[in-house]
Amino acid sequence: MKCATQGTIIVVQVTENKNKMPKTLFEKIWDKHIVQTIDDGPSVLYIDRHFIHEVTSPQAFTGLNKRGIKVLRPQQTIATADHNVPTFDQHLPIKEELSRLQVEVLKKNCAEHGIELYGLGHPFQGIVHVIGPELGITQPGMTIVCGDSHTSTHGAFGAIAFGIGTSEVEMVFASQCLLQSKPAQMRINVDGVLNKGVVSKDIVLYILSKITASGATGYAVEFAGSAIRALSMEARMTICNMSIEMGGRCGLIAPDETTFDYIKGREFAPVGETWEQKLAGWKKLYSDSDAVFDKEIFIKAEDIEPMITYGTNPGMGIGVTEKIPTTETINENDRSGLSKSLAYMGLQQGVAIKGQKIDYVFIGSCTNSRIEDLRMVASFIKGKHKADDVEVWIVPGSKQVEAMAIEEGIDKIFKEAGFVLRQPGCSACLGMNEDKIPAGKYCISTSNRNFEGRQGAGARTLLASPLTAAAAAITGFVTDVRELFN
Amino acid sequence: MKAFTTLHTRFVPINIENIDTDQIIPARFLKATTKEGFGKNLFRDWRYYNDDESKTRADFPLNMSQFDGEILVAGKNFGCGSSREHAAWAIADHGFRVVVSSFFADIFRNNALNNGLLPVQVSDAFLQRIFLQDNNTELTVDLDKQTITINSTGEQEHFDINSYKKTCLLNSYDDIDFLISIKEEIQEFETQRA
Ligand code: SF4
Repeated sequence: MKCATQGTIIVVQVTENKNKMPKTLFEKIWDKHIVQTIDDGPSVLYIDRHFIHEVTSPQAFTGLNKRGIKVLRPQQTIATADHNVPTFDQHLPIKEELSRLQVEVLKKNCAEHGIELYGLGHPFQGIVHVIGPELGITQPGMTIVCGDSHTSTHGAFGAIAFGIGTSEVEMVFASQCLLQSKPAQMRINVDGVLNKGVVSKDIVLYILSKITASGATGYAVEFAGSAIRALSMEARMTICNMSIEMGGRCGLIAPDETTFDYIKGREFAPVGETWEQKLAGWKKLYSDSDAVFDKEIFIKAEDIEPMITYGTNPGMGIGVTEKIPTTETINENDRSGLSKSLAYMGLQQGVAIKGQKIDYVFIGSCTNSRIEDLRMVASFIKGKHKADDVEVWIVPGSKQVEAMAIEEGIDKIFKEAGFVLRQPGCSACLGMNEDKIPAGKYCISTSNRNFEGRQGAGARTLLASPLTAAAAAITGFVTDVRELFN
Repeated sequence: MKAFTTLHTRFVPINIENIDTDQIIPARFLKATTKEGFGKNLFRDWRYYNDDESKTRADFPLNMSQFDGEILVAGKNFGCGSSREHAAWAIADHGFRVVVSSFFADIFRNNALNNGLLPVQVSDAFLQRIFLQDNNTELTVDLDKQTITINSTGEQEHFDINSYKKTCLLNSYDDIDFLISIKEEIQEFETQRA
């Protein structure tokens, strides 16, 4: 076996005298997880929790098997099937052969390596970034990875959480570690009070529209400020979820009472004395007042209105009352791509987005499929009915969310409004299963990506909050939700 | 993983910014459980109309016979979006060994390096110079010297890569072997923090 230690690489141990220096939240967690650092190279970062799913893990298992080794820490690994599962008739065998095979391979691999699998039919099954937090597996101060870019979601708990590729999944399987370079530090402060009809999805779409889809590449992004503090855990997850859409290596929010209250009592949350010990440690997780950030951004909550995207990257967003930018008014990052984007979207420069016809509404994905999202939509649409020519899909993030929705009677409100409640999975967020938007059709979606073809070849996606999506479901057009409030 | 030292070949230009991994390899091709064969679906929806291999888009560079070579040159923020390593597999499987851009998304950069596909980040100005060259121009990428050269004009730029990754690529070492080799240190770390 060849390895880099036999080359010219020198490994240096992390020195302990860093303790007195002011640190960011990220740095506090990072420093505690460094096994060693390679001179002029990456660090060996220890991983506390590894989530896996059916799409990005099979080749990593094959790699292990070729080496004849087992997963080093199966008890720190949690699996679910979410990306490639049907959202109808989940009790029946999966019809599509390749999808069925992929899910079966996951099952077999998990059994062989002793990994807990929350597969189809399990009461904990769901989108990987929904189930980790709701089961209390995701906790402050942890390092968390998954072969999925929206792993950044878990950062809402004050954890370093990021997406990795399949080779890296194999590394974590083999060693419970990854080779990582420390990213630069950015803080985005959102202060003030949100306007009526504006929710956390609007905050993150607004930030994206200001800093663009590559504005945070190379950075770990901490979200701070009074408007962030005021958010629930689920709303915070929506923001961290989309930090990858800015290019951020991860997104994180310092844990506080809201975080601790959320975790307490969940399935895998610590209890008794362990809880007290953990809690004491979690309370130290914040950026020191004199910590140094490489970049800092300040945003006023009052400036944000309900947001919607018009283009083919998540940075191409505007307030719902605004006009689609023109080549002259758009930011430099998206200028060269504007015509191509609008041609794909079938939209015009300089035209109001409000009033644009909608064919589909998708409320789901790891960004907005939690119980609060469903409750928000239900309380808004109660007594209203969807427009005739719009199809509305609600896809809960997990079996637990689905069960709660049914218990609370939210499913009936959806039914009366003509909304279809499906079963948990990634669904039309990436259109790997049958849930695809037909070519040329417009879908207002609570997911996180409006890339060409993301929801199906030729599909046209407009990203928005669950409220703005629900408003469009009622009218059939892009609508300013505030006009529908009673 | 194949070792990488130097490469000089022609290049295929895709002068589009923010190319995300959904374009590089659409999600419907992610159902495979092996790493092979993704190259034929590279940029699938930009190469064909209506997903039909008989209806090629004549204006897409991968379909244009005048372009060839093992270097892909693309606009800035290449590889953003989904973490799917299938994107790096597809590019490598198609026969590319280098991707040149003025900016790479983090996860893509790592995925590429882990597959012996070299991401070469150049300045915006240099990238534009490459796009201006005619289709017979060859580029030379020298990993040891960390330079990329436009052979016809002699213009050259230095590119960054951390020395660990460089050593790995030059010698075809691989991160997993390294991590397995420090298993004892990892176990000691676990014991200490417990
Ligand atoms: S819901 Fe969408 S973004 Fe989230 S994990 Fe699934 S495919 Fe990825």
